[in-house]
Amino acid sequence: MQIHEYDVVIVGGGGAGLRAAIQLGEAYPKLRVAVVSKVYPMRSHTVAAEGGAAAVIKSNDSLDHHAYDTVSGSDWLGDQDVIEAFVNEAPAEMIRMDHWGCPWSREPDGHVAVRPFGGMTIERTWFAADKSGFHMLHTLFQTALKFQATVWHNEWFATKLLVDAGRCQGITAIELLTGQLHTVLAKAVILCTGGAGRLYPFTTNGAIKTADGMALAYRAGVALKDMEFVQYHPTGLPGSGILITEGARGEGGILTNKDGYRYLQDYGLGPADPWPRLRAMELGPRDRLSQAFMQEDAKGKTIPGPFGTVVHLDLRHLGEAKINKKLPFVRELSKNYAGIDPVYEPIPVRPVLHYCMGGIDTDIHGATTVPGLFAAGECACVSLNGANRLGSNSLTELLVFGRRVADAAAQFALEHPKLAKDKLGAQANDEQERIAAQFIRKSGGPSGKTERVATLRTEMNLIMEEATGIYRDGPTLEASLPKIAALKERYRNIALDDRTLSFNTELISAIELGFMLEVAEAGLHSAFRRQESRGSHQRTDFPKRDDQNFLRHSMAYRTGDAPRMDYKDVVITRWPPKERVYGK
Amino acid sequence: MANKTIRLEILRYDPEKDSAPHFQSYEAPYHEEWVVLDAINHIKDQIDGTLTYRWSCRMGVCGSCGMMINGTPKLSCSAFLRDYYPNPVRVEPLANFPILRDLVVQLDDFMHKLVSIQPWIVRKDGEKPVQEGEYLQTPAQHAKYKDFSMCINCMLCYAACPAYGLEPEFLGPAAIALAQRYNLDSRDEGRDSRQEVVSAHDGIWKCTFVGECSVVCPKHVDPAGAIQQAKLASTIDWYKSLLWPWGSK
Repeated sequence: MQIHEYDVVIVGGGGAGLRAAIQLGEAYPKLRVAVVSKVYPMRSHTVAAEGGAAAVIKSNDSLDHHAYDTVSGSDWLGDQDVIEAFVNEAPAEMIRMDHWGCPWSREPDGHVAVRPFGGMTIERTWFAADKSGFHMLHTLFQTALKFQATVWHNEWFATKLLVDAGRCQGITAIELLTGQLHTVLAKAVILCTGGAGRLYPFTTNGAIKTADGMALAYRAGVALKDMEFVQYHPTGLPGSGILITEGARGEGGILTNKDGYRYLQDYGLGPADPWPRLRAMELGPRDRLSQAFMQEDAKGKTIPGPFGTVVHLDLRHLGEAKINKKLPFVRELSKNYAGIDPVYEPIPVRPVLHYCMGGIDTDIHGATTVPGLFAAGECACVSLNGANRLGSNSLTELLVFGRRVADAAAQFALEHPKLAKDKLGAQANDEQERIAAQFIRKSGGPSGKTERVATLRTEMNLIMEEATGIYRDGPTLEASLPKIAALKERYRNIALDDRTLSFNTELISAIELGFMLEVAEAGLHSAFRRQESRGSHQRTDFPKRDDQNFLRHSMAYRTGDAPRMDYKDVVITRWPPKERVYGK
Repeated sequence: MANKTIRLEILRYDPEKDSAPHFQSYEAPYHEEWVVLDAINHIKDQIDGTLTYRWSCRMGVCGSCGMMINGTPKLSCSAFLRDYYPNPVRVEPLANFPILRDLVVQLDDFMHKLVSIQPWIVRKDGEKPVQEGEYLQTPAQHAKYKDFSMCINCMLCYAACPAYGLEPEFLGPAAIALAQRYNLDSRDEGRDSRQEVVSAHDGIWKCTFVGECSVVCPKHVDPAGAIQQAKLASTIDWYKSLLWPWGSK
C-alpha cells in the first residue's frame, strides 16, 4: 500500500477546509499540508449557499448585537464564549475575503453592501448577489492554489481515521481513479467534510453531504453533539428541494397562504406591517418560520401541489430590476425547476431539510477529545449554532473556525512530531481487508440475502423524516430506534453490482451509507432523549423549553450497540436564558 | 396515466474490461419535471449500479455533471427530459477529454491550466492590513469583471471548443476567462505576471473565434468575449512595447 506522510491533513475541500489550507500556507509555510477531498474542491457544497455571510461592518451595528442575535437564535443552546469569539473575528475574516477577490456586492461609494437576514437586530449579511457561497468557495479555492506546496488529493475518499495510543495520526483513503487504498499519515488531522443532509429524503443538500466526517470521528470515540438539532429551511422548491435563499425575504419578499394572507402574523412574528422590519414576520428565524408552515398546513390553509402542500413566496412587488440585480439565481432556479418566473408569479415553497446544527464535538479551537483530531464547519459542533442556526452565520463560521482549527492543528503537529508508523500501517492493511471483505469479495449476507444501497438509503430517509421532522413526538421517536438498528443489520447484506477498482462510485455510496446509518442512529437517540422543545427540536409531547433539565448539550457516544447518551453544560457568559421574542 | 418511459443510450467504458467504448440502452421512467440526471440516478439506483458519473448539487452550480447530451455539452441536472421526449436521449462523456470510466472524464489538464493563470489577487506591495478595511470597488468597477467571475469550471466550454479538440495545449476558454476575471478586477495588479501564459503561443492566439464556448456556457460567462478582450489588450501591449520600449506597460 502506498504511504504518504504530512504534518497536517485536511479532509474536505469546502469552505472550512480551504480556509484552513490558506491559513496553514500563510502562517506555517514549513509544514507539509495535504487536502484530501472526495470531490474536486470547487464541487464542495459550500458552492450552493446563496444569501450571504454575517459579520459586523457598518457603524449602526455592534458585536453585541451580533452576539445577542446568535444567542437568542440558538435558543440559548449556543456556547456564549464561542459566540463571542465568532462575532469578534468575523469582520476581519470577511475583509480578508474581499482582499482575496470575493466579488461582494457594493454600495455606490465602493464599500461592501449588507442585507438583512432572519433573526437579526441590524442588517449585517455580506452578499455576492445570491451566489455568495459559490463566490466564496471559488475565491477560497483559487487563493489556496497560491500556496503551491500544498498537496491536493482530489477525488480521494477517506474511509477511516488511524488512531494509535489514543492519538489520531492519519487516515486511509480510496483514490477513486485507481481504486487503491492509500495510507495518509499526519501529525494532525482536520475534518471539514460538511453536514449530513442526505440522511433525509427532501433536502437542499447535494449528493455528497453524507455525514462522512461525523461518522469517522464517532467511530474513533468522539461524541456527536446536539444531533437532534437539524434545520428545516422554510423556503425550498417542492419536489427537488432546491433552496430559495432567505435573501429573497431579506430583500422584501413575503410569505402568503392560500388566501393571500401573511400567516406568520398568527404565530408570534407579527404584526405584519410596517414591512420590511427586522426580527419580525418573514425575517423571523428559520425554525419559527418552518413551524408556522406546519401549523398553517394543519389548518388546511396551505396550497395543494403535486409534491406536497406549499405556501407562496411573493417577490413580485420587488420588480424585475431589483430581482435581476439582487436575486438573479432565485429567478433562474424558479424558472428552471419550478416553471415560474418570480417577476410575474409567486414561488411555491415548503420547508426543506437544510443544515445540521449538531456534529463532531469540538472545543473553541476545533480540537476534539481525541488528540490530533480536529474538526470545523458543518461536520463539527463547536456550539456556535445551538438549537437553531441563524441564516448567514454558517458561511462566516467556515472562515472563523477554518482559520482557528488550522492554528490549533499546526501547533499540535509541531509539538507531536513522532508517528507510530508500523502500527498505523498494520491498521491500514486491516482497513483494506475490511473493505474487500465487506463489499468487493462478497455477494450478499451470510444467509444469502442481498440488499441494494439505494433501498436501504430510501428506508433510512423515510425513518429520519418521519421521526425527526419539524415536529417530533416520543412514541414515533421510540419506534424509530429499532427500525434504524434493523437497517444497520441489513446493511451487512449489501451486495454491489460493481466490482471494478477504477471509479467504483457504488462502493463509495455503500461506505457513505454505512456512515449515514450510524449518524442517523445518533440523531434519533438524541432526539428521543431530549424531552423538551427548544429551537428546531419541537416535541409535541414536551412543548415547553426546560432549562432545568436540558440547558445542556446532548452527547452521543458510539458503543457496540445503541449509542450511549450523556450531557454537557452550555457555556453562559453574558446572556442568561430568557424567552425568545420576535415580532413586536 | 400510463407509466411513460424514455430510452437513454449511454456510453459505457470500463478501462479494466473494455477495449473500446460502447453504448448501452436503458429504459427509465419519464416524468415531466425530471432532468437527465434524475433518469441516470434512477438507472444507477434501481437497474445498474455499475453506471459511473459525477454529480452533486443538482441545481446547476457545482459544475460536476457536465455530459454530452444528444451531442451538445450540457449540465445533466439542467437538461430536462421533456425537451427530448418521446425520442431517446444519447448521453456521452464530455468531448475533448480522456475518458476515465463511462461518463467520467479526466480534469487534470484544466486544473494545471487553472493554476498557471494565477487565479488569485496579486498586489505589488502585498495585501493591505485588515485594519484598513476592504478595498473600495464601485458597482461600475465590479461590473467590469462580474460576468467572468461566474465560471463554475464545468468544462462545457472545453467540450465545445474545436481549437481545444485539435490542440490540447490550448489554454482554453474557462482558464482565459478566469485570467481576465482577475485582470479586470480593480483590486488586482497581477496582469503582467499572467500575460506570460495568457499571451503565449498556447494562450489566446490559439482561439479561432468560433464562439461555441459562449453558446454552451450555462452561466453566461462569455469566454469568447474574454478571449477577444485579452487579444486586443495584448496587441496594445505589443504596439506599446514597440513605440515606447523604455516605458512601463
